[in-house]
Amino acid sequence: MAEQQKNTLLHIEDLVLHFKTTKGSVQAVDGVFFDLGYKEAVVVLGESGCGKSSLAKAILRLLPRNVAQYGGKVFLEGTDTMAMDEEQYRQNVRWVRMSLVPQAAMNSLNPVLKVGDQVAEPMMVHHGVKKEEALIQAAKMFQHVGVPVDFLDRYAFELSGGMRQRVAIAMALVTAPALVVLDEPTSALDVLTQANIFNVLKRLKKELEVSFVLITHDIATSSELADRVAVMYAGQIVEVSDAHRFFAEPLHPYSRMLMASVPRLRANQEPEFITGQPPSLLNPPKGCRFAGRCPKRFAKCSEEPPIANVDGIQVKCWLYTS
Amino acid sequence: MTDKQRDVLLSIQDLHVWFELRRFGLGHAGYVKAVDGVTFDLHYGETIAIVGESGCGKSSLMKTILGLNKPTKGKVVFEDKDISAFHAEDLRQYRAAIGYVQQDPFGALAPFMNIQRILEEPLIINGVKDAAERERRVRKVMEEVKLSPVDDFLHKFPHMLSGGQQQRVVIARAIILEPKLVVADEPVSMLDASVRVEILKLLRGLQEKYRLAVIYITHDLSTVRYFSERVFVMYAGNIVEKAPVNSLVHNPKHPYTSALMDATSDPDADNALQYRELPPGEPPSLVNPPSGCRFHPRCPRRMENICDVDEPQDLPADDHLVACWLYK
Repeated sequence: MAEQQKNTLLHIEDLVLHFKTTKGSVQAVDGVFFDLGYKEAVVVLGESGCGKSSLAKAILRLLPRNVAQYGGKVFLEGTDTMAMDEEQYRQNVRWVRMSLVPQAAMNSLNPVLKVGDQVAEPMMVHHGVKKEEALIQAAKMFQHVGVPVDFLDRYAFELSGGMRQRVAIAMALVTAPALVVLDEPTSALDVLTQANIFNVLKRLKKELEVSFVLITHDIATSSELADRVAVMYAGQIVEVSDAHRFFAEPLHPYSRMLMASVPRLRANQEPEFITGQPPSLLNPPKGCRFAGRCPKRFAKCSEEPPIANVDGIQVKCWLYTS
Repeated sequence: MTDKQRDVLLSIQDLHVWFELRRFGLGHAGYVKAVDGVTFDLHYGETIAIVGESGCGKSSLMKTILGLNKPTKGKVVFEDKDISAFHAEDLRQYRAAIGYVQQDPFGALAPFMNIQRILEEPLIINGVKDAAERERRVRKVMEEVKLSPVDDFLHKFPHMLSGGQQQRVVIARAIILEPKLVVADEPVSMLDASVRVEILKLLRGLQEKYRLAVIYITHDLSTVRYFSERVFVMYAGNIVEKAPVNSLVHNPKHPYTSALMDATSDPDADNALQYRELPPGEPPSLVNPPSGCRFHPRCPRRMENICDVDEPQDLPADDHLVACWLYK
């Protein structure tokens, strides 16, 4: 395990994040695991309400006040980040080794600050450099993400949606982290802009040797970046696979049905939908959480399924236990 | 659906919708030419898709069809009557004959009304005075959109429903007056992948059952294929390509349509291995659109002295109409 962790950038095991609400505890993230190597991208696929965004927050420890339970293992480059206190974490991890492009980032830019200053700010805060130097670094990042350098002096409202999204990505990259978590980076953008952003991300992965955790519900476009795929359902990871095998033939019944629901432009295959709704995360069912909608369920599914290893693919399903 | 001579339900004739720009509330400062010369016919029971990026004028076109914008020039003709000549009573009847499915279901439903009240509203406005009759029709339409058991939903409020269920309520409201035409503006863009297909199949089922004409407005080419007969591709206020859906998907003619198709991914791990070829730049300003073909500054196949000079008209190319000089 120790040997393996040397080549692993991010190792997540049994990550749990529950929220307190007046109705009880919401198990937004409940047993998430995956590994990510250097210069790799893992896609976390899931439908809305499955806990994807909470996972992003749990990885970066950006926790709201109503946390009921937060635990598990998060190793970044072999260091146990869960053992750090908040100040150590802020100084050594967040935005230094690992940063975030939050959901709807393009609309979260400060309207009264120049975008260049906003991109430069993490450099000044985390690396203590002067503003002039930070702006030079910001200009470099602008070139990497494909924003003209003279846009440094513009305000957010002067930029189109795609440009603003690129600025948000530049802001996450400016401190040269090893890992960037992208939460739905293209969901509000047009097709051409979307494809453009993915071109940028692919290029960044090569040029800056950065890894990505891409959190999305869009299966088709997620394949643009994926080296590995983790499928999330009702707070849990149900399948972790490599992209080639996943997009050719996923294993978990939920992954299969999810893939079958994707309308394809180039294949004549009528998409099918999944009947029913995901369970509430307030009181998720015992046993397999997908059992209620699963066409292949059998008696065993009322017990918590183990994680089976099928030629390196991890599947949380009774069908694959021998 | 084989008869080519189907009657025309809605005819859009050289429609221009321009919005005046004023500087500081005074003085004229040009026009935003949101829709600039759009012409097409829609037949009874036909499904068409209008595909384009945000800002291409598809919403302005839709609002004009719904009678919410006045055309600057040109006509919207519904069952042989020009809608701009309609006044109060005609307009009410016209609006009863077209249903509207909004993009954001939660935003489209009044949060303080329960489902029964929301669905009754169009009936009340259109003079169905008998409460029992109203309830009968509300129940019937809820069965149609598969919001069943009906009694579970009747008294719920929109926030108690999931996104897919909210969109069903919006669809139910759109069809409760038995319209001839339904305009669906990105009806599934806010929904999850699996629910998306469910809602599109529901709409298609209703369309076939009642021979509804549907205008499906979207930016997602991959759903168009399973949901419409003809596709119109819009760019910067113009329709650049009109074609039957299969012909468009297998053989796109206009360089902009090709670009849209190239940018649309299918789930395939090989996508990660290559960059996508995309036209440079962004859609032009609609205040001062480029001369000639509006796509020419971004077009990989532009021809100097032709594309930047003359505006292409609809040119026939096989069973397509394409506004592109390449096909002359």
